[in-house]
Amino acid sequence: MASIRELGTDQKNYWCPGCGNFGLLNGVKRAIVRLGLRRDQVTAVTGIGCHGKTTNYLAVNGFHVIHGRVLPVATAIKLANKEQTVIGFAGDGDAFGIGMGHFPHAARRNPNITLVVHNNLIYGLTTGQTSPTTKLGHVTKTSPRGAFEEAINPISTALASNAGFVARGYVGEMDHLVDLMEEALRFRGFALVDILQPCVAWNRINTYDFYNKRVYKLGESGHDPTDLTAAYERAEEWSERIPIGVFYKVERPTYGDNFPVLAGEPMVRKKLDSGKVAKLISEFA
Amino acid sequence: MSEKQTLMGMNGDESVAYATKQVNPDVVAAYPITPQTIIVEKLSEYVADGEVDYEYVAVESEHSALSNCVGASAAGARAFTATAANGLALMWEITFIASGLRLPIVMAIVNRSLGGPINIHNDHSDSMGARDSGWIQIHCENSQEVYDASITAWRMAEHPDVLLPIMVCLDGFTLSHTMENVLTLPDKVVSDFVGEREFITVKGHMGETELRLNPDVPLTFGPVDLQDYYFEHKLHQIDAMKQALKVIPEVDAEYAKISGRSYDLLHPYRMEDAEVAVLGLGSTMGTVKYTVDQLRDEGVKAGLVKMRVFRPFPSSDLVDALKDIPAVGVLDKSLSLGAPGGPLFEETMATLYHLPKKPLIANYIHGLGGRDTGPQLIRGVFESLLEIKDKGEIGDPMNYVGARP
Ligand SMILES: Cc1ncc(C[n+]2csc(CCOP(=O)(O)OP(=O)(O)O)c2C)c(N)n1
Ligand code: SF4
Repeated sequence: MASIRELGTDQKNYWCPGCGNFGLLNGVKRAIVRLGLRRDQVTAVTGIGCHGKTTNYLAVNGFHVIHGRVLPVATAIKLANKEQTVIGFAGDGDAFGIGMGHFPHAARRNPNITLVVHNNLIYGLTTGQTSPTTKLGHVTKTSPRGAFEEAINPISTALASNAGFVARGYVGEMDHLVDLMEEALRFRGFALVDILQPCVAWNRINTYDFYNKRVYKLGESGHDPTDLTAAYERAEEWSERIPIGVFYKVERPTYGDNFPVLAGEPMVRKKLDSGKVAKLISEFA
Repeated sequence: MSEKQTLMGMNGDESVAYATKQVNPDVVAAYPITPQTIIVEKLSEYVADGEVDYEYVAVESEHSALSNCVGASAAGARAFTATAANGLALMWEITFIASGLRLPIVMAIVNRSLGGPINIHNDHSDSMGARDSGWIQIHCENSQEVYDASITAWRMAEHPDVLLPIMVCLDGFTLSHTMENVLTLPDKVVSDFVGEREFITVKGHMGETELRLNPDVPLTFGPVDLQDYYFEHKLHQIDAMKQALKVIPEVDAEYAKISGRSYDLLHPYRMEDAEVAVLGLGSTMGTVKYTVDQLRDEGVKAGLVKMRVFRPFPSSDLVDALKDIPAVGVLDKSLSLGAPGGPLFEETMATLYHLPKKPLIANYIHGLGGRDTGPQLIRGVFESLLEIKDKGEIGDPMNYVGARP
């Protein structure tokens, strides 16, 4: 069982002071501790962006992949070793820009992994360009007249893609975030946790203040997370009130449940039966 | 008579953006990636400030950026994009489409090493990876060259005998983020120089028409082309590359008249009586020039050949420049893993192979992942070449300079 301390590394942290990534990382660590997992039982996969540094700062198995490809790699790691708790970390750009092609497919395929989106509604690392989740009218370096393309809604996109667990957290609500992460990691199937994470350097609109005034908890509002229609309705809320918590949660067979070869021991520990392979090869000789 | 010019302080990225603003193409579609980001930011600023009237598309990936340019260019527009490293890698599929469909797109490549492992600094692994894709490649030594090439590229690409897309390559950070003095032409002079895009006439299914999408005289771009004609269409591209070897100097000469700055496919420096010489691309050649001057002061007969145009490969100029030099060092800032040598080295060897008398040629791989290439390192290359010249033979031609053993 890892402690919060053991989950940290000695790497110098390059995030800006006040960045929402600190809270997010802390929330994830606390959830891992609560679940009683050892460090070697968890694998983190990160994309490219400020969020990508998470693999430098979280002392579990780590794979820092290229921009946008968190989901295929995370899915494959889980298939190879189903005993691992696999967590993907992606920025909003990473997940919904270049990585968008993978998102609906991972959701409908339903591997037993969790995708954490560091949603700061901006490209952080490349210093403040418009992202697919940037809201209409928001002035950024690549939208100096204000963004004029509709933003992607991660929650409704996940619902439409048949994701089994769809949630939103906020780094300004730590205890709530830890509960949410714990629930996502326990969930059997693809879980999306879209986390509102202020980028203090480049997003001057969606700040802590902005969210503090608006967020409310779905769990305290009578929302039924098995009601898909209600989930869609809540997903549309943004302007005055922004819901956080579990929008939707329904388990269904995971990717792998229907593969006989994945039953029993994880693939990494299965031995290749050389006798069988030799027989197969000889058939083609 | 060259035109009156304004001296501006700009880095390489800003030079690309400023020249492109003056050219004022029709469509710019780009996606930010270090160290190209300044270009996309500047180009979107110009739109916001109403200084240009091109359509700026903030796409969701580089694959889309180049696809967007392909569509725009096929529709008859001037289309521009810029990228680096993984961005170019992601475009790879479309780079062949752009050249195969003969679309004269201009793209700035801010050279950056390709992961893995992740690295954001300069080498040439990105553009070298695209060297077989059918694009012209111009490699710049400084921001002035970047500015000039970002203007002349349009005329070269769109020339009816060429019709090929062009990459204007500049070294990441070394050029992209370093402020230099750049002489710039007045807007009007630039727009007169680039003029309007020319179109060749082709036979369409409804008769003769310009090679572009036009609903009145429809054409199909990109249909299936199998065993019947694909091969011949590739021969057309080979021919276009050959034509480019003539067209590029013509455009450069015309540009020299308005700018006073002349360029060659290949630029020899202090080569007349040189006994040892270094061949290379890009910003490193500035450092080589500095070192050659020092060595000359010390009495060493050193020279250099800067290759500005790498595609099409200026073979006959290269033969002329190197044939009588006893020992030549080829600088490569990228690898071709598993190959006999770096890409520039291999192509130089292949070019000189047929000569009855040829130089001894060694390969110096340097600067990978942004490793600094200072004058001391270049001096070391020349020392090694002098040794080769004295001995009259090369052992292992491969040298990895500036790397830990
Ligand atoms: C193929 C490719 N294109 C572009 C980039 C440049 N790039 C690096 S991070 C990034 C976006 C960062 O935004 P986001 O994913 O939201 O992460 P954040 O930095 O905000 O955590 C981009 C465009 C890249 N690494 N790879
Ligand atoms: S740029 Fe934004 S997202 Fe990146 S570390 Fe700074 S505050 Fe955080």
